[in-house]
Amino acid sequence: MKFRTRAIHVGNRRDPQTGAVVPPIHLASTYVQESAGEWGEYDYARSGNPTRGNLEETMASLESGVGALAFSSGMAAIHAAVMLCQAGDHILAGRDIYGGTYRLLHQIANRSGVEVSLVDTTDTSKVAESLRESTRLLWIETPGNPLLSITDVAGCVEAAHAHNVRVAVDNTFPSSVLTRPLEKGADIVMHSATKYLGGHSDVLGGILVVGDQKLYEELYFIQNATGAVLSAFDSFLVSRGLKTLDLRMRAQCESAMEIAQWLDQDPRVERVLYPGLPGHPGNQIATQQMDGGFGAMVSFEVVGGYEKAKSIVETTKLFQLAVSLGAVESLIEQPAAMSHASYDAADRAAHGITDSLIRISVGLEDIDDLKADLDQAFNG
Amino acid sequence: MAAKRESEPNSLASEWGPSTRAVHAGEARQKVLNAITDPIVCSSTYTFSDTQAVIRYIEEKQPREEYGRYGNPSEKVVEGKLAALDGGEEAVLFASGMAAIVGLLMSKLNAGDEVVFFDECYHRSREFCTRHLSRFGVVTRQVKTCDYDAMEAAINEKTRLLVSESPTNPHLSVVDLSRFGEIGQRNGVETLIDATLATPFNVRPLEHGINYVLHSATKYLGGHNDLLAGVIVGQSERLEEVRALRGIMGGINSPHNIYLLQRGLKTFALRMQRHNENGQAVAEFLEAHPRVERVYYPGLASHRYADVASKTMKGFGGLVTFTLKDADWKQTASVVDQVQLFRIAPSLGGVESLIEQPLVISYFECTPEEREQFGISDNMIRLACGIENSTDLINDLAEALDQ
Repeated sequence: MKFRTRAIHVGNRRDPQTGAVVPPIHLASTYVQESAGEWGEYDYARSGNPTRGNLEETMASLESGVGALAFSSGMAAIHAAVMLCQAGDHILAGRDIYGGTYRLLHQIANRSGVEVSLVDTTDTSKVAESLRESTRLLWIETPGNPLLSITDVAGCVEAAHAHNVRVAVDNTFPSSVLTRPLEKGADIVMHSATKYLGGHSDVLGGILVVGDQKLYEELYFIQNATGAVLSAFDSFLVSRGLKTLDLRMRAQCESAMEIAQWLDQDPRVERVLYPGLPGHPGNQIATQQMDGGFGAMVSFEVVGGYEKAKSIVETTKLFQLAVSLGAVESLIEQPAAMSHASYDAADRAAHGITDSLIRISVGLEDIDDLKADLDQAFNG
Repeated sequence: MAAKRESEPNSLASEWGPSTRAVHAGEARQKVLNAITDPIVCSSTYTFSDTQAVIRYIEEKQPREEYGRYGNPSEKVVEGKLAALDGGEEAVLFASGMAAIVGLLMSKLNAGDEVVFFDECYHRSREFCTRHLSRFGVVTRQVKTCDYDAMEAAINEKTRLLVSESPTNPHLSVVDLSRFGEIGQRNGVETLIDATLATPFNVRPLEHGINYVLHSATKYLGGHNDLLAGVIVGQSERLEEVRALRGIMGGINSPHNIYLLQRGLKTFALRMQRHNENGQAVAEFLEAHPRVERVYYPGLASHRYADVASKTMKGFGGLVTFTLKDADWKQTASVVDQVQLFRIAPSLGGVESLIEQPLVISYFECTPEEREQFGISDNMIRLACGIENSTDLINDLAEALDQ
């Protein structure tokens, strides 16, 4: 079965009790047992819930894994993966990782004696050089945020596996539609399900998918022992979102590409950062690695600096001024003033985040409406 | 009508494309607590600060909530979105498609009034008219579908409403909406089109001069086979009584359900493109298959109403009906039982593809004569194509047909 068909059917089998075409939402926190000491399929909802299990089954299929685990947020999922490490272990992470992951690694994981260093993962040879004897995990994210840098997943896997280092990929930006890291040899795939998987700006969730049964069991133990599971209601909403994931992602990518190309030839724009443009440094790898699209995030620098960028993000009518991404509604933000405001100006410059940078998350609206909205904001 | 809120971009909605409407229409740009999505307001009742506030609410007819049966903030948002999608002034949401049509008929018809139907209509709608409205002295007349002269001939001074589905189910007959609307206008009779199978993505009956459009929102509008809802869209003035009677009869929708409908509508345009593509691909596959006798699909040149359909509809939806060559009802049932991906169930319009044999699912208790009258043959199968990959659907059907 093709991806879209699996997203609708795998994990959503006909309910055996009622024949319901949509599986029921099971809210029970506990399950009655036949006898003492003899456990049924379900015992207590932290350890397993049929509705969450359905979502996990779908995600395992979409990412070509053996098992998946659903968490209460993306950060909870990342934390569970990081808990595979012990004191003295080293985690090597990409320079362009999500700020929340950076904070977790540097302010929480360090408390357990886990060491962390960062590397520019767009250069695979630098990744290889930065691995240490004690490295247990390589954490990468592609495309990166907000500059949409592209990391070669297969290249990183090769470098890391040569040293018996596990590779985890934050696959939130491309979603399983465009990139399936386990198929490229990665060990763990992570999603903020809040973004494209849920897709409607109304669920927080995180997903881990793995291709190895033993690793699955290790992570299941961590999840069950620490408890940050996804609720039954939210599992249902993510499952419902997955049914239109392929349609949404492909439509949003198509619009993003058209907007990127349109901005690229516009004299009011200094520079467009979009992996689908031939001038993007990661274009070649992205073309090989991503399945028929380059994502729905577009970053660009405008002529007129900080003030002009600020005026544009405040003048759009369809694009709404907010952080987050991946949903049906288009969003716009100015990293220097919003998502990366906590960095000082020099740090931002070092990361390549200029004052005139704008990041958009392209939603499902009609392309002509989105272009007209940006156009009027440029002129405003 | 729902009060326009500050900063609401609704004034732009008429210029927006269908997908932008589906995502944004009816919603305030700046929502409660600055959230990107609307809250689910579960409150059954709404408080007043003091007695004077109650009196002011009554005397000034203030646009605020009072009690859940009379309206709900979540409901107003979805009604606004549905009205925008159909190009209508206002929408009234009901607990189901049947609650919607019953609500409209009950509010428009008095004892002695008459209603004229095109005969290919949902059997429960027909049953309500012939078995229940008749008890209140309302007369129902049925004429052959798309026989406009017969419809005109059935109109007399007591006629209040002309009703049809378009496309009809399961034969997918397509009504010439402008002609239907014109007959109503010329005779001073209101018109209602049940456009559930078409959806506002493919046709907008109000733009053809129809007074009311009805949808079972359970189908394509909700789109995920996980809610029941019905809606009537039209001019605000004409719907005032419908809304008032709904408040008395109580067939309202629940706030949780309404949220699922709103969420489903966000991908409405996207889903419909795919339903249209899958319907067309499956219909073309079936028409070329040696075991298939006849395919009913408005997107096929062989369809009786292909001409009207191509002129008025943007696409033809996911419903495809076909008959098998030289097959009795059991041989037909065995094809239904062989498919793996399509699931055997009534209903349509969700992301999951469904299959049914009308004889078994909807007309099992009818006599053979009645079935012949309704055009339901023993060898007929109805498919509701979902949004899966069309190759998977076609492979599934090919395997079942080749058994």
